[in-house]
Amino acid sequence: MVTLVKENKPTKIYQRPELICPAGTPASMRTAVEAGADAVYCGFQNATNARNFPGLNFTPDEMQKSITHAHKNGTKVLLAVNTNPPAGKFQLWKDAIDLGAKFAVDAFIVADIGLANYIAINHPNIRLHLSVQAAASTPEALNYYCQQFGVKRVVLPRILTIAEIKDIKQQINCEIETFIFGNHGLMVEGRCSLTNYITGLSTNMDGVCSPANQVNYVQDEQQNLSTQLGDFTIDCFGRNENAGYPTICKGRYHAAPRDEGYYAFEEPLSLNLGNLLPDLMEAGVCALKIEGRQRSRSYVKKVVTSFRTAVDNIMNGNEPDIASLIALTEGHKQTEGAFKSKKWR
Amino acid sequence: MSAKLTIGPILFHWSVDKKLDFYKKIADETDVHTVYLGEVICSKRAVFFDQHYEGVADKLKRAGKKVVYSTLSEVLIKRDRKIIHDFCSMSEDEEIEVNDASGLLHISGQAHRLGPMMNVYNEETLKYLVSKGAYHASLPCELPRQSVEVLAGVAAKIGVSLEMQIFGRIPLALSARCYHARAHKLSKDNCRFVCEQDSDGMLLKTLDNKEFLAINGIQTLSYNFMNLAHELQELEQLGVEYFRLSPHSNDMVTTARVFNQLMKQEITAQEALVQIRDTGIDEPFANGFFHQKAGHQWVINRN
Amino acid sequence: MSSQRLERLPAILLKPVPLFILRPIAQQVTTRIAQKHPHLFARLGKHTKTKYLIKPTNIPLVALLIPDENKPTMQIFKATQIPKYDAVIEGKFLFLLSMLDGVHDGDALFFNRALSIGGDTEAVVCLRNALDDVEGSVASDIADVFGVVGRSVLSFLRQKEA
Repeated sequence: MVTLVKENKPTKIYQRPELICPAGTPASMRTAVEAGADAVYCGFQNATNARNFPGLNFTPDEMQKSITHAHKNGTKVLLAVNTNPPAGKFQLWKDAIDLGAKFAVDAFIVADIGLANYIAINHPNIRLHLSVQAAASTPEALNYYCQQFGVKRVVLPRILTIAEIKDIKQQINCEIETFIFGNHGLMVEGRCSLTNYITGLSTNMDGVCSPANQVNYVQDEQQNLSTQLGDFTIDCFGRNENAGYPTICKGRYHAAPRDEGYYAFEEPLSLNLGNLLPDLMEAGVCALKIEGRQRSRSYVKKVVTSFRTAVDNIMNGNEPDIASLIALTEGHKQTEGAFKSKKWR
Repeated sequence: MSAKLTIGPILFHWSVDKKLDFYKKIADETDVHTVYLGEVICSKRAVFFDQHYEGVADKLKRAGKKVVYSTLSEVLIKRDRKIIHDFCSMSEDEEIEVNDASGLLHISGQAHRLGPMMNVYNEETLKYLVSKGAYHASLPCELPRQSVEVLAGVAAKIGVSLEMQIFGRIPLALSARCYHARAHKLSKDNCRFVCEQDSDGMLLKTLDNKEFLAINGIQTLSYNFMNLAHELQELEQLGVEYFRLSPHSNDMVTTARVFNQLMKQEITAQEALVQIRDTGIDEPFANGFFHQKAGHQWVINRN
Repeated sequence: MSSQRLERLPAILLKPVPLFILRPIAQQVTTRIAQKHPHLFARLGKHTKTKYLIKPTNIPLVALLIPDENKPTMQIFKATQIPKYDAVIEGKFLFLLSMLDGVHDGDALFFNRALSIGGDTEAVVCLRNALDDVEGSVASDIADVFGVVGRSVLSFLRQKEA
């Protein structure tokens, strides 16, 4: 690591990381581009991406226009085709890939082995990024995808400590992208069928997680808010408690060892690695990802602007100054999750 | 082709004695084709039974059963990685079921099986992995009938056998965090193996006291027991050849016998359900996934 | 102006306006937004026939929105005569407005209980996402209908909110 002295302060020189930002609609993509995203990630309006939510995502026409706009402004566009095509429906996923290639996306983000192979054969000149949905968390798993399909970048699961990420970086020959802000899923992505068990719609195959068409909010006269998914109550909030989505892994349940209902998996809170950015960069992370394609333009603008400033500050040798992003976090609580310490596990 | 029963790996943390007793009964008292051995959930548990696998495998083989070693489904730390490496470096006479891409790196190019955690959702993935040495695939539990049919058609053409779980709690999710430890206000590194207290998983109920899920360390399973008695014949017709019973602490010998009788059509699916319930299962049965419904549901089948 | 008084402001603004005057204005606003942002309907998909009840908690009126592609309607009712609806969005007038203004994140408002939703959740999520894709500000479009007065009221509200 090169160290130089600037204004009497030793400063580390990092490779400039890319800021990867969510785009759920054309308007939020333009917002992200304007706020300083180096790259945006997005998907089509169907099951081919893991945020297949009502009213969200891009028609082919919108995709083409949005990509042109982003490219004009020097922002890359990464197409998420990161679900697993169920047998018999593979064509829909191939079509998404072929359309993306036609529109000159800068990379495909995929998890499925069949799909990775399809891209490697049919679109070898377009970068392949391994989605977090592939759940590859060891040098061996990551090297498997790099060797077999020429993956250029891997998005790591949110279960690793920074020390482990650093260790992985030294054993793979590929770029590393990690999440730095947003929803903090607890289950290993790409290996969770909880939503399908409760609702009949699959996270892996349909791209949904707690689909809104099976969500019910029931408020009683004391203003206690019960959140329900399908036939099951996921949580209940007192009138003064902050609420969360009825995401199964963030619900409160009863178990024999506990006297009261407790967050059996995780509390409703959001990941915020604002304070760990220099450590991530030092560990060799070259792309910092903000979660939230399902969130509003307002969220995109605030979060992207804050992290743009923070990254630029670090690159200029200044302390990162993360404006408080806490109001945008779920349950108004934040965590550094597994990244800080393995005690989290 | 004729349908065959298999015994999946024991997902729960059972004591050494309980496991030895279980495999003794499986060897001596059941007519199952294949038995999968190995710790697939938590590498911390692996040390307890490591020294017994050879003996158990011998006993099973002598009783005419095929033995397959299943690898860890979540590979994270050095200990996990070493276990995967060691498993995949076993003699080529041993059959290996891979449950994670770490294993694929080691074993690609050699003959191997694909476990239910391998996300083989479609024909393209299946064909690719078969071209790299896979010869048998256990399909993900959440696959609906329509997809099983397509996969089975392709599998028949490329000469690979398929397997599906037909009995037991449904594996639903994995995490880096241990929820058994968390329930007991412990962490994974300091877990005191509290998971041993729950031989079929720890029940989670909703705040309004409805049975919901079952916790097994880092794994989350269904509360309801998958039971595809009604679907067995159809699965067989589609081209699935192996049917997995996931071990629980009910009477698994009887469970295997009943499913064998059902496969031979000596009893009806309805009779099978009644007899399996009598092996010590109070939980509802579920078959929703196969019918493309919520997995916890029980879809009445008129077969 | 104290925040408490501010919250009452819309009520003060609207109170003297009789329903028979308010109703055509609401309809005009809706028609105008629909004309200006036709792609909104594509995003709404199957929810263009959904009846959305918008219920400001600090005003004794409610609005029923049916974002029908061919004939979008917005009817105003007294809060004591709530019509049949499929989905309901409830919150203080200012919060509802600020969401339309693209200033506030709907999820964040929901997390801290400033907004509550009921009925068909998917319809609400879909409407939220569709409105969020409207460039500029729906609130400005509404203000425009009221001309100079509307725009100055909006700018006043925005200042107070900031």
